[in-house]
Amino acid sequence: MTIFYSFIFCGLTCVIGQIILDNTKLTPGHVTSILVVVGAFLGMIGVYDKIIEFVGAGATIPITSFGNNLFNGAYIGFKSNGFIGLFENMLTNGSLGITTAIIFSFIFSLITKVKD
Amino acid sequence: MEKREYQELVKSTTPKPKRMCNTVIAFLVGGLLGALCEIIRALLINYYNFKPSESASIVCFLLIIVTCFLTAFFDFDKWVIKFKAGLIVPTTGFAHSIQSCAMDYKKDGLITGIGSNFFKLAGSVILYGIVSAFIFCILRVVFYG
Repeated sequence: MTIFYSFIFCGLTCVIGQIILDNTKLTPGHVTSILVVVGAFLGMIGVYDKIIEFVGAGATIPITSFGNNLFNGAYIGFKSNGFIGLFENMLTNGSLGITTAIIFSFIFSLITKVKD
Repeated sequence: MEKREYQELVKSTTPKPKRMCNTVIAFLVGGLLGALCEIIRALLINYYNFKPSESASIVCFLLIIVTCFLTAFFDFDKWVIKFKAGLIVPTTGFAHSIQSCAMDYKKDGLITGIGSNFFKLAGSVILYGIVSAFIFCILRVVFYG
């Protein structure tokens, strides 16, 4: 059943992005930035973790989950280590996406030939 | 020709985007991607005994590698143009933007080409993500404790 919920949730997130793209002059860069901020906001309210429990991977795949990860890392860091802990732990949860993308795209871009 | 007439002419000749069609395509593609990832996650939990949090990380990891691979060796750019938000909103959009920037500027060299253009598009996601997470964290601490 979580597969069906994943389908619905991930699809609806993409629909929101597509509606913003079609009806305004914003670029894909704007849309992803807006969705990251929305994800961090939903994390602040505490909604996004419940959505992930309910929906599963369908909620961890959209870019909103990146904002939620950043917020969770910062908040947990603040709880455990005070104000300086916020800066220490901001990227702990979000580093998976950034590091993987950096390392593999660097390797693949070295391998490929330059296009015309 | 007056400016107003010209603008009307431009408006009449620019193709109108097929909004309904685009929305349905984005819903189906994004939904199928989410469902596929959930199937992989369920397999990892049930048959390979991973913890739920670990398996979510592995799914994200695999998705980014597959996207980088497809962008580097196949025509992922064309798919992004065709399916639009269905592939931009999931993590695939993030990986695709980094990979395509790295490949586009490879001819300028390792430092001035790849190095300085790596985060050209993905940088805004990281910047506004971190700034907004910082502000929301302060707000939450102030109001909820």
